[in-house]
Amino acid sequence: MTMLEVKNIHKAFGELQVLRGVSLDLDKGETKVLIGPSGTGKSTLLRCINQLTPPDKGEVWLDGVEITDKSVDINKYRQEIGFVFQHFNLFNHLTALKNVSIGLEKVKGIEKEEARERALEELKRVGLSDKANQYPAELSGGQKQRVGIARALAMDPKVMLFDEPTSALDPELIGEVLEVMKSLAGEISMLVVTHEMGFASSVANEIIFLENGVVVEKGSPKKFFENPDKDRTKQFLSKIATLYGDSGDR
Amino acid sequence: MLAETLARLYNMLPLLWDGLQTTFLLTLTSLVAATIAGVVMGFLRAYNIFPLSYFVYVYEKVLRGVPLLVIFLILWLVPPDFGFRIDRLHAAFLGLALRSAAYQAQIFRGAINSIPRGQVEAAKSLGMSRTKGIQHIILPQVLRLSIPGWSNEFTIVLKDTSIALAIGVTELMRRGDQLAVLHSDIVLEIFLLVALIYFIIVFTVNKILSFIEEKFRMKGYEVEVER
Repeated sequence: MTMLEVKNIHKAFGELQVLRGVSLDLDKGETKVLIGPSGTGKSTLLRCINQLTPPDKGEVWLDGVEITDKSVDINKYRQEIGFVFQHFNLFNHLTALKNVSIGLEKVKGIEKEEARERALEELKRVGLSDKANQYPAELSGGQKQRVGIARALAMDPKVMLFDEPTSALDPELIGEVLEVMKSLAGEISMLVVTHEMGFASSVANEIIFLENGVVVEKGSPKKFFENPDKDRTKQFLSKIATLYGDSGDR
Repeated sequence: MLAETLARLYNMLPLLWDGLQTTFLLTLTSLVAATIAGVVMGFLRAYNIFPLSYFVYVYEKVLRGVPLLVIFLILWLVPPDFGFRIDRLHAAFLGLALRSAAYQAQIFRGAINSIPRGQVEAAKSLGMSRTKGIQHIILPQVLRLSIPGWSNEFTIVLKDTSIALAIGVTELMRRGDQLAVLHSDIVLEIFLLVALIYFIIVFTVNKILSFIEEKFRMKGYEVEVER
């Protein structure tokens, strides 16, 4: 069952053509990982999906509804698309618990006490029950990102989009975030932009290599890492291996 | 001698109190109006909503560049030429509010701009409309961040109500002035008493605002402000 379908997305910023016709789909419970060099439009693609950056051309379908349709109330569908940001983007004036519950209260209109309980459950899911009353500034990067994940999960989304969720973290904090993401794999449909090849090879159903605004190659992790079709893919993987070490699991 | 002076000053308190009430009234009403206008103008500027943002820009420049006394005089002297009249008190209220709004727009614009863009996107990604994002994410942080600047603005407005004496509003300063004319042997003492009253109010209100700032502070983001 297809949860998310992206068809022929184009996006330009002025003269700069960032996406030149990207298509992909995501089935229920599937995890797909987007990789590629910096500036090739991976983040832009994710942002086009939930319309934080509206695409110039192309369609996005979420669970059978075209959300790029102008007549659609995008705020309604954004609730169903969890978004995890590279720089967390937590609400600084709210505790971890409130960061998670505010969407439930103010968007879904759930009663305060119930929203609180639901938020606590989500924090528990990411291993942060004991940090519920801390403010973002009092949390480590890894903890902030886990709150970010809990905040997105609380909305009970159909799809989760992760935009380089560990790129801004100290190396020793990356593991805790990847652990949480792994625990979600299979349960929820996820589209992940990351350079963490260990995560990609162990969790992804499919890896999509994006460069210069087009999909260069896609395939299962096994095929992708062991026997890619394109020379460019091999080249990129060898560079990544030099930079980040082998694709060993973290 | 001292006891006698103090006794005389003490007897002036009811009259000063009478003026002080007007001072309070002017300060509070003009601050409330200016805060509302300042928030709105701050958002218009920060979100660059054309052409309103442009009008606000010009408004700020003009109102911040003109002495308050001139603003009072214009409000007091010009309307009769157009066949209507703004009474002294209302002219003073308007003048204070108009000018303070220009200053407060700056305070709020600065605070709005200091909220990271990513938080707005995070709010959107949860499905919040722009209005809800402003209401639940931006404004609560903007108000917290604006307290130090606003506290300063309160001080300025309170003391600038005294300029209204120039258009004949009987506020605290004018009462002091009238008393000084009647008691010309203790002019300095009278004005010192008036100054003390201003000081006590400013000090008290700033303490209260500090307390509010502390109570609503975002942990880890506090800005230390000397008062």
